[in-house]
Amino acid sequence: MNTESHNDPSARQRWMSVLAKADPARLAALMPDLPTLEPLRPPEVGAVMVRGRVGATGAPFNLGEMTVTRCSVRLADGTVGHGYVQGRDKTHALRAAAVDALMQTDQAAQLRVAVLDHLTAEADARWALRAAKAAATKVDFFTMVRGEDA
Amino acid sequence: MYVAVKGGERAIDNAHAWLAEERRGDPSVAELGVAQIRAQLALAVNRVMAEGSLYDPDLAALAIKQARGDLIEAVFLIRAYRTTLPRLGASNPVDTGAMAVDRRVSATFKDLPGGQILGPTFDYTHRLLDFKLMAEGEVPAAETAPAQTGPVPHVTGFLNRDGLIEPAAASDATPPDLTREPMELPADRALRLQAITRGDEGFVLSMAYSTQRGYGRTHAFVGELRIGRVAVEMDIPELGFAIEIGEVEVTECETVNQFKGSKTEPPQFTRGYGLVFGQSERKAIAMSLVDRALRWKELGEDDTGAPAQDEEFVLMHCDNIQATGFLEHIKLPHYVDFQSELELVRRLRAEAMAGQEMAGQEAAE
Repeated sequence: MNTESHNDPSARQRWMSVLAKADPARLAALMPDLPTLEPLRPPEVGAVMVRGRVGATGAPFNLGEMTVTRCSVRLADGTVGHGYVQGRDKTHALRAAAVDALMQTDQAAQLRVAVLDHLTAEADARWALRAAKAAATKVDFFTMVRGEDA
Repeated sequence: MYVAVKGGERAIDNAHAWLAEERRGDPSVAELGVAQIRAQLALAVNRVMAEGSLYDPDLAALAIKQARGDLIEAVFLIRAYRTTLPRLGASNPVDTGAMAVDRRVSATFKDLPGGQILGPTFDYTHRLLDFKLMAEGEVPAAETAPAQTGPVPHVTGFLNRDGLIEPAAASDATPPDLTREPMELPADRALRLQAITRGDEGFVLSMAYSTQRGYGRTHAFVGELRIGRVAVEMDIPELGFAIEIGEVEVTECETVNQFKGSKTEPPQFTRGYGLVFGQSERKAIAMSLVDRALRWKELGEDDTGAPAQDEEFVLMHCDNIQATGFLEHIKLPHYVDFQSELELVRRLRAEAMAGQEMAGQEAAE
């Protein structure tokens, strides 16, 4: 089912976020071949300052930086795609930009099944496994029978 | 005084070659891979990321390998590397309320919404050496239970509803950044937190401990400690909306501190806050205690003269790269400085001796 549209920023937000957090090797395995594209901005490794909030909800403060690689490409039909990915893998950023561009074309449905659905399901499974392990360490308090009640 | 001298190149080259050999160690033992360090020395990796102020586990693991396990040297390598990176922007503040928690405990409420989740903790271990780890073997898989999907709200959130704790009012002010502009004192709380979260764990721990022993006591309870992963979201200018650009593991500690009230504030609980990259719980707890101690002025408390209340003392000495840079530079050649000191001492001694001789002669006469 193709519900994607380049006019829907929330769908695009979601796929770009999935691509940003994907394992570069897994993305490459799912999408070994890149389409014909022209690099608008070749992959560039940089840092993003990650912010937190004082007391979790207050004023922002600078927590520290993280590595990010970005890239922009243009397909033969003129569609532009952007990739912003965690880490320093330039091919990851290039692939993410290519997928972002292709997701705005009529190849979206095919790409969703071949690439994005796998990445999403695998990320969900990783999340679920950690959550299940955490749940097993949840404390169930019980009150000891008090001496005078026995 | 600095004077250029030549010589020593061959000795330096040979020293570095020997360093590389010593780093490798006994060649009959398998070489340690960066991936192994990343996976199996994860807490060392976390510390290097926190104090290096750069979240990249692969780079931190590489730095640890290159530094032969000297974590401050590894932090130094990360700090040096990060200066080569262009700044692509700043994230939106991470939402720790939406954290995927591995661990979440409260020392103030037993039955809190979301529950007490111990996670992969050293707590309750017996701290006895486990000789099984000297033999290679399979580790049994961790137990699982149905994952909970409900919210895990912050403890301070529900204390806040009753007005029992000071609020932390949201704002969107752009925080000062000590990596862009030199730190100026007095520093606001945002700047202090930036300095402490990248500060040396040992230093921050000792400062926090000093408050517990009475040097600027703040009566802290751990309202909540949580460890987990949070999404990092950034506005992308070319798109006009924000996307998640990654995910980082963080440790967060919120203390709830006894407060009798002051000239300016009513009696209520007050807060200390710690947020650190990685699973770094000692550091996060220590950070929240030091944060609270440094807030004495804002809360109208007395200055007891304690080191942990002294912003200049804490902030100017918590950075281990600044500290080690200045400390270790004194081992480098100071021949000319020392030569002038030597001449000065010789002259003073000669003058002092001449004076004594003269005094002796006068006494004899």
